[in-house]
This record gives sequence, structure tokens and C-alpha cells, in this order.
Amino acid sequence: MADTYDVVVIGAGPGGYVCAIRAGQLGLRVACVESNSYEGGFGGTCLNWGCIPAKALLESAALAQNLKAHGEELGVRPIDVEYDMNAAVERSRFISEKLTGGIQYLFKKNKVDQFVGFGRIAGPGKVEVKPEDGEPIVLDAKNIVIATGSVMKSFPGFEIDGSKVIGSREALALRNPPSSMVVVGAGYVGVEFADVFNAFGVDVTVVEALDSLVPLADSEIGKTLARSFKKRGIDIRTGTKVKSLDRDASPMRLTVESSKGEETIDTDVVLMAVGRAPFTEGLGLDAAGVGMDGPWVKVNEWCETSVPGIYAVGDVAGEPMLAHKGSHEGIVAAERIAGVAHHPMRYDNIPSVGYCHPEIASIGLTEDEAKAAGHEIKVGKYPLTAHGRALTAAHNEGFVKIVADARYGEVLGVHMIGYNVSELIGEAGLARALESTVEEIAAHAHAHPSMAEAVMEAAFAAMDRPIHM
Amino acid sequence: MATKVVMAQLSPTMEEGKLVEWKVKEGDRVEAGDLLAEVETDKANMDIEALNGGVVRALLASEGDLVEVGALIGVIAEPDEDISALLATVPARSSAPAASGEPAPEQPAPAPVPAAEPSPASVPVPAVEPVIAAPATIDAAPRTSGRIKVSPVARRMAESAGLDLSAVPGSGPGGRVIKVDVEAAIAAGGTPARAPASASARPSMVPAGAPRLEEQRIELSQMRKAIAKRLVQSIGPVPHFFLTTEIDMGPVLDLRKALNHRLSEGKVGVNDLLIKVAAEALARHPEINASFEGDAIRRHGSVDIGIAVAVPDGLITPVLRDADRKGLLQISAEAADLVERGRNRRLTPEEYQGATFSISNLGMFGIDEFTAIINPPEGAILAVGQTVEKPVVEDGAVVVRRRMRVTMSCDHRVIDGAMGAAFLQTFRAMLENPLELVS
Repeated sequence: MADTYDVVVIGAGPGGYVCAIRAGQLGLRVACVESNSYEGGFGGTCLNWGCIPAKALLESAALAQNLKAHGEELGVRPIDVEYDMNAAVERSRFISEKLTGGIQYLFKKNKVDQFVGFGRIAGPGKVEVKPEDGEPIVLDAKNIVIATGSVMKSFPGFEIDGSKVIGSREALALRNPPSSMVVVGAGYVGVEFADVFNAFGVDVTVVEALDSLVPLADSEIGKTLARSFKKRGIDIRTGTKVKSLDRDASPMRLTVESSKGEETIDTDVVLMAVGRAPFTEGLGLDAAGVGMDGPWVKVNEWCETSVPGIYAVGDVAGEPMLAHKGSHEGIVAAERIAGVAHHPMRYDNIPSVGYCHPEIASIGLTEDEAKAAGHEIKVGKYPLTAHGRALTAAHNEGFVKIVADARYGEVLGVHMIGYNVSELIGEAGLARALESTVEEIAAHAHAHPSMAEAVMEAAFAAMDRPIHM
Repeated sequence: MATKVVMAQLSPTMEEGKLVEWKVKEGDRVEAGDLLAEVETDKANMDIEALNGGVVRALLASEGDLVEVGALIGVIAEPDEDISALLATVPARSSAPAASGEPAPEQPAPAPVPAAEPSPASVPVPAVEPVIAAPATIDAAPRTSGRIKVSPVARRMAESAGLDLSAVPGSGPGGRVIKVDVEAAIAAGGTPARAPASASARPSMVPAGAPRLEEQRIELSQMRKAIAKRLVQSIGPVPHFFLTTEIDMGPVLDLRKALNHRLSEGKVGVNDLLIKVAAEALARHPEINASFEGDAIRRHGSVDIGIAVAVPDGLITPVLRDADRKGLLQISAEAADLVERGRNRRLTPEEYQGATFSISNLGMFGIDEFTAIINPPEGAILAVGQTVEKPVVEDGAVVVRRRMRVTMSCDHRVIDGAMGAAFLQTFRAMLENPLELVS
């Protein structure tokens, strides 16, 4: 091509499309290449086959579960409630399409040129775009941003076949729920799907090799969630490894192993939720000399790779593999390229949220991590058992916990599980970003009655003067 | 934008540093964080780093030089930037010879003396402060005015470490001082809070009207030198002595009552009266309104009263400038504002540095009398106890009077007993007969 782009972004997921928009806003000449892959398309996994459709289904699940578990209690006696998974999936697809369509609009508005095809680095300052059917073209790029995301992972013997053994991509399009399902892996994705399918009447078993649900979160969160899930009839098998699967049996027969020995579980479907692998294949990274960090592209806090002019953002650029982390990196990379970057990535301050019910949200260090990092800590924990807003919502399980530095009260971490806590983590993140102490949180009059009051109470508790405890 | 490289205060007690070695030469391009020089302090050899990038345009001290804290030792700027104004304004301070370790005598400034230039003792720890390269102004150190932007964690760490936040360069958004900055400052030795500002560095906020007092420098006599030396050996850096007197507060309290009765708002407090009276007495006794400067005594050209204000884990002393030239109501209003902002930590450094005399009042805590510690380089501080009704004998009869005890701590290098007593006499007479104030 005759003219050169300031930036060519490979991948239009939440990392790539945000990067392209920001670059466009900053007056850079920018192109974004998207391959419309199985799990992607404009909007990436997040908008197409991840966060957004999953949350749409979880909303259906919450309504179903609420009617089932709390309808009578709240004075709404449901008569003949029918679950229509097909309608729920339809709705989630509609929302997904609405949002992905919005990206086209935003690209146009910010003068981002779109190219559909598989993008790869074809030499210094060159990005080749190969459409599914057609001749490849080559774009000249002063800067290249790799934003190719990640793909579903599985184990040998548990390869995803799309019907019997499925991943999150298929689970989001499961219009006819099976009668039983085993979810392998109890990270955020695993517990979210367990929540959805349990609410739609599927007999769900969760198998997790580590000792608790959401094992990377604060340990009390996993315990609280397990208690809640068990009450709903979800079979929890922690400390249990999957060994083998007989796909030909009907139902399939899954063999698992725990300290109790080997056992079998009969199931219609196995959902693999064992994490995601960064997508780096065929991108020409090796030839370009881009340094790697394990399976990920290695970046610094400005999203710069080892090769000047090549950046990486999102799942491909390292953990945590979360959409909001990728979007933020996209902004940092675009601003860095434009020479206006002020805020590097703060990888220690990325919130993680599980949208199962009760919701899980956390940011910063857990108690154990804080101690291991040498902090003398003070923990303020506020249970939601008697919390006004939680009681009115009929969801008074869970807690908010603040891990604070004992000396200065710095908020080192916030961990919560309970009704709508996904909306509370923003306050915790901002408090940390501004280097607030528990005193500033406690000193702010939080609206009453709100779930946010629980954060204030936890801050008070961290100062040994809780009000409602 | 040109950046001054100054001799940083690399330890709380450091007054001068020996330039051991320049790590750069003129013409070198440096990045922020690059090592500029190695300096020998009273404690250890330490590094001076560049805060901003640019070209090393001038190195103003030679290796081996003993350089006063705060003195300009180099300039980093863009290659084509005009730095002549910067160089012209500071020649005398650039490299003090090794023999004279004392602060350089004040000289008539060749160019307008920058009003807001930080005093040597409050120079930020990384040795550079950005200045704007406008001709003939070098006083644009950015954080000497306005509130200090600081994160809550950083503020608490600094308070706990006794660190002066105004001396900590901020690396957060908009120069906000964040945790890492305070950690770095503490690691570098830190600048203690309320670092005494030398008189010459006080911002001149002189209102209209001719000054009543004249700034003078009186050379020490040999006897005075001996007294200073002996007393320091005896009692520490500032040899204190204490004078106590009891004052009949009845007349002035009646006056206050009458005055407040007339005022619709902004009542005058006892402290305001004490500030006013002390300021007037200081104007009449300039020998008390003075500081010891090693080889001289400085009688200050203005009366700037420090008001000790208790804050949760310490105290701060906002300074009421030119108190002798202000009316009671103006003093009352200004003091209320300063005290309020002092309690809320909203004072700028020049608002709490550079008093010439301080008053500490613990009367409200029920203290009858106490001794206060002088805040150097001030020459004295007045400790005020509570006013209590008590029997006194007047003309052979026992009567009840409202009495207040004050104790003045004096720097004996500056003030002798009789001088202090004379001042207190004036102070007491004015309170006991408020008409003295207008006489």
C-alpha cells in the first residue's frame, strides 16, 4: 500500500478495538485487522463468546433462581414457571450482536480502517492480512499492536468436540440443556456456567483439582460459594482430578480421582473450563524476534514487547487474562505510541469478578499474599448476614473483607462475595489507585441502604470500630 | 524547561556536602534518574540523580568543593535554552570554599531576590527542582505554593516518619506525592518536618507602609562567641533559659469583652490579643526578635509570630506575618484561618516556616505553666498557661484576680536574662494596661 499506518492493530477484541479507537482519537492513522475466528470476530471473545453473552445468560439464571428460591418469600408466588433456554440464548446473542455492531460505528467515528482476514507480522513494519477467500494484502505499519487474544484450553482425552465435550463457546449456544453436566474447573468461568445450568434445571457437578472453588481467590470466598452452591443442589468435587472419559457410553462415564480414590460420574455433557491459552500461532512473532514469557508475549508496563514498535495487549500479553485488563492495555499502548502516555499499567490493581450468584469480586492482595509479601496486616471483615440492603434483596450470604496494612491503613486488597458485589469492586479499585487508607473509605458517607455500605463497614472493622457488628 | 541541580539535603542533619565526583560532564545528555554526582555528607557518600532529562549545561561546583545544602551546583536544560538568567542570579552560592562551612552571609542581591525560593534547609531531596526558563526568574519551584498533592497513604507514612512533604518530589499524576516517593525520601534520609527556614528565605509578604524595623546584622564579639560556644557545650545546640512571670489578665479580658460585644462577627480571642501584644513588645525589643547565625546575630526586619497548633500526631506552627503592623481584627481573622488550615494540614511551607518568635498556649488544656522548646532559628518562644481566678495581695488586701502565667524560653546565645526580662516586662505591662498598646 502506498501510505503507511501509524498503528496496525491485529485483533479486534476488547484489547485491540479499544486500542484502535484510542489511537484514532489521538489522531493516529490506524487500521484494525480481525479474522472473525470461531471464538472471536469484532468484539473478540468478550463480546461474542465470553463476558457479555455469559452475563446475559446469568441474568436469566438469576431470575429463574430467584423465583425458585425466593419467590414465595418475597410474596411473588410463581405459577408454572417454565425455563426456556433457547429464548435465553436468543437474547444473549441479540445483546452480543448489538454490541459488536456498535464497534463498527465506533471505528467509523474514530476513522479506524477495518480489515477482515488473518493478520500476521510479515517483516519489520509489515502486517499481512489474509482474507478467508482472496489474495493477502500487506499493510505498512510504523507500529504494530498484537491483540490476538486467547483460545479455549483442554486436556488430552478431553478434547473439545463441540457436543459431548464442550467449552465456553459451545456452552453459550446450548439451546437445549442436557439433563446432566460436569463442569471441569472451578475458576470464574466454571462456577458461572455451573450457576447458569443449575438454574435451568441441569444436574450439575463441578470437578476441581485444587482444594476449593475459585482457588485463586481469598480462601473464605471459595468456602462461602461452595456452601451456597451445595444448597442449590450443585455437586461440588474439590480436590478431585478428572482421569478419563468414556464418550461412547450413554450417558458418558467420567472417571475422577480424589483422596477417596477413583469414582465415576455419569453425565450427558462435560464442559471444560480449565482456562485459556494465549493465541500466538502463525503470527510471525518468532521471525520478528518478539520475546516470549512462557506462552505469552512478554511486555513491560507500557505494553512494549522486546521489539521496538511492536506492542502486545490483552490475553496474548499475559495474565490476568481479563477483558478489562486488555482494554486498559489497549489504551496504554495507543497513548504510548502517540507519545502522550502518562499512566503505565498497574498489574497489581486489576479487579477480578465472578458473576455467579452470589457474585465474587476481588482486587489486590489476599490475606495470605499480603503476609507473604511481608506486610503486617489488619483485616476488616463485614458479613452480609445482617446487612440491610442484602436482607431486603433476600441475598444476605457473603461478606466484604478488606486487607489493610496495619501501620498506615493502606488498602492492600478487597475481597467480597455476595449480592451485586461486582458493582462494589470499582470503589475498592479506586481507593487503591488513589492510595487511600481505610480511613478515607470509612470517612465517606455511603448511601443507605446500599451494598456499598458493606465496604464502609469493612473499613470500619479494619479500624476495630465497626458500627453494625 | 531548565532544571536546577542543587546540593540536596541527603540526611536530616546535613548542612553541606562535599562534591566527591561529577559523574557527568557539561554537554552530556542525561535522562531522569541518571547519576549526576557523588556527594559526601556528614553521614555517608550518596548519589545525586537527575529528576528531569536534558543536556548538562553547566557544572558550577568543582570536585572537592564543600557546598552548602540548597546551593546550585549545575543546570540541566535543553541545548538551545537560555540559562544565563539562572546562572547570573546565583553566583555567590554556587561553590563555597572548603574553609568556610558557615552559611554564606547575606549579600545585596544582584537581581531581584526570588521571593519564593525555598530555603536551603527545605530543598527537596532529589536534587533538582524544575524552573521555568523565563529571564530573571528562578523562583518558580512548583510546589512552594498551593496545597501539596499527596495520597493518603503517602501522607500517613510521611507523618509517621516525620518527613516534610513539601520537600518530597511527587511522581504521581500532576506531581502527586505517592507512596513510592515517600519511601524513596525516607530511604534517602528525608527532610524533617518543620525544617527551620532561614530568615533570609522567608517570603516577603510585606503590606503597604514603611517597615518599622530595620534588618541588621551584628557581628559577634569575642565574648559573645565564647558565651555561645560554652553554652552549647553545656546544654545542646540551642542553650535555653526560662523566664516566668504572672500577669493580671483582668484589664485585657475586660477590653476583649467590650470589643467582642461591639463585633457582630469574628470574635477576638485571648490568643489574638497575646499575638498582638507580643508583636508590639517585640517591635519595641528587636533584640528578642532575633536569631543566632553562627557568626552573627540577626535582628529580623519584621515580626512574624509562629502560633503552635496541636494536630493529631504532632504540632505545626503557622506564621502570622508582620503581626506588629496589623490590627487586632486582622490578626484575629488571619490567625483563625491559619490555625484552621494548620489543623487540616492545608498550609503551604511558607505559611509555617520562618517565624521570628513563637507562642504556644496550653491554657485550654488546664496547664498552669510550662516551658516550650525553641524552634530554631527563632530566638525565643512564649509558653502560655491558663488564666485562673486566684487570690492576690494588692495594697495589703487579698483580692481575687484573673491571673495567667507565661514562661519565655530564650536562646541564650541571642538573649541574656535581663534582655528577656525587659521584654516580658513590656509584654506584661501592655496586658495589664491595654492603653499601653496605643501609647
